[in-house]
Amino acid sequence: MKAIDTSRLAVQAIRRYPMRTSMLLTAVAIGVAAVVLLTSIGEGARRYVTGEFAALGTHLLVVLPGKAETTGGGGGAGMMIGETARDLTLEDAMAIERIQRVAQVAPIVIGSGTASWRQREREITVLGTTTEMLEIQHLSMRSGSFLPEIDMDVASPICVLGDNVASEFFGATAPLGQWLRIGDTRCRIIGVMDQAGTAGPFEVDELVIMPVASAQQLFNAPGVFRILVEAVNQESMAAARREIIRIVAARHQGEEDITVVTQDAVLDTFESIFDMITMGLAGIAAISLIVAGVLIMNVMLVAVSQRTKEIGLLRALGAKQRQIISLFLTEAVMLSFAGALLGLLIGELGSRLLGVAFPVLEFVAPLWAMAAAVLTAVISGLLFSILPARRAARLDPVLALAGR
Amino acid sequence: MMRLRQLCRDFQVGDQVVHALDHVDLEIRSGEYISVMGASGSGKSTLLNILGLLDRATSGTYTLNGADVSTLDDNALAEQRQENIGFIFQSFHLIPRLTAVENVELPMLLSGTPVAVRRERAQEVLEAVGLGARFDHRPDQLSGGERQRVAIGRAIVMKPSLLLADEPTGNLDSRSSTEVVEIIEQLNDDGISLMVVTHDPDLGERARRHLFMRDGKIISDDGDAA
Repeated sequence: MKAIDTSRLAVQAIRRYPMRTSMLLTAVAIGVAAVVLLTSIGEGARRYVTGEFAALGTHLLVVLPGKAETTGGGGGAGMMIGETARDLTLEDAMAIERIQRVAQVAPIVIGSGTASWRQREREITVLGTTTEMLEIQHLSMRSGSFLPEIDMDVASPICVLGDNVASEFFGATAPLGQWLRIGDTRCRIIGVMDQAGTAGPFEVDELVIMPVASAQQLFNAPGVFRILVEAVNQESMAAARREIIRIVAARHQGEEDITVVTQDAVLDTFESIFDMITMGLAGIAAISLIVAGVLIMNVMLVAVSQRTKEIGLLRALGAKQRQIISLFLTEAVMLSFAGALLGLLIGELGSRLLGVAFPVLEFVAPLWAMAAAVLTAVISGLLFSILPARRAARLDPVLALAGR
Repeated sequence: MMRLRQLCRDFQVGDQVVHALDHVDLEIRSGEYISVMGASGSGKSTLLNILGLLDRATSGTYTLNGADVSTLDDNALAEQRQENIGFIFQSFHLIPRLTAVENVELPMLLSGTPVAVRRERAQEVLEAVGLGARFDHRPDQLSGGERQRVAIGRAIVMKPSLLLADEPTGNLDSRSSTEVVEIIEQLNDDGISLMVVTHDPDLGERARRHLFMRDGKIISDDGDAA
């Protein structure tokens, strides 16, 4: 029997039982639509997060003291397990600033202290840095100004408050020009940050920011916690990274004792997390396709008993068992494929609707998820029809003709 | 052309074994016109199913065109049915969603005959059974007699050597019956072997050779004498 004839017979059978056909189409379509929708949600979330992340600083390199065993992919882990061999210093930062491919540099010193103003007192995190921090981390001011452009190694009794710190200490009072006591020193408040949430690893809203040299004096520590470096452009990232390692090593008696993490590495980690989430969602949705497969089996078994006489007739006319099997399998594959296409359509419509409802996110199901959904639907339709098709083929021709 | 030797077909019904065919010996020559009569349960349908290769003997041998077919596997039996046997059923067994010409094409479709050849041959056969104007009618648009004629067309489209008819007029009025019988007798005149299983004595009488069955045995056969 020719494939085209098998298909034609299958199509005729499909059209003869509209109830059964629409039931199967619906079951398969729901499964495929679920895969498309859920993965488009996962993908939307991934795009949102990586997009936000990329906006934070595209050519950012983070220099931290200590040589991490793992570099590249495990950026987050590298920051944690980096062993402190030798402190990074402000002089290192200044040396890095002189590299041609480096646009700007912000060294960071971080520590905690007790801040007080009149009767109010609380623990705060102090961040010592330079004026470049504002631009590198894409922060913005609510009032006043950020740290002024002064040499890194010059201390100055000034500070900038995070949004929360400002409102907790001063409430309705204007904080600008007030003197805040931190530990043994005092600093004049020259600016208040906009509400910023988290920028990189810092809760900006909870910070008191001061010149890096002042922070070093406050904590009586000569080193810096890390150095943020912005390369001139995306292409020079790798070269800048090599330069930084070389120059700092030269300054550290030839010892390579720093780790340079690029934002790409962090982004990669995020991306792979979200890929996992999307795949998990796809897997959950795929279960509904297996359920659809069970329904296909059920419906095909009913179809076999409905068409017993017809099967008997085909056998009498010389149909081989193999031909009967391929007839039923063709039918099942066609049904599940059509259902899958319908599901793609519904899923696509659904994710467009979601896009209208939540315009912040971009809901686009990944191509692999759509392909996998269609493939799973068709394969599940095929597998679950093998049993009914074989049952049809093995009917005794004499009994089948009699409708028994 | 066909020879049954000591052929038995047993059915297990509950704990009882029913001998539907009980050591049957039968020889059918090319071009014969045979009727098989007998009460219900006498084994005449089983004989027809065995001869049509739809059913297998429990024991004994069946030789078709010189070859022993009792040992063939399912695929080979299907091929033999396709090439050598045409069936005509009491209830026509047309596929309702296919047109007359498509129903007739069905055996050729199963054998993989090219479309063009298939359509031409099916139309030829429908002309031959007097349905030239009704190619595109579906079974529910045809009368009983016309449906049976479509079924006859389908049975002979592969040019089989043996036509097996099980109560071919059982569901027809007398006028349609006459038409149908005339058509199959004409086919017999053209050389095809014809076996008709029937309860109807008038139809049975028309054959040139008459078998009577009871309890799985052929109790009378006027063919050997002829």
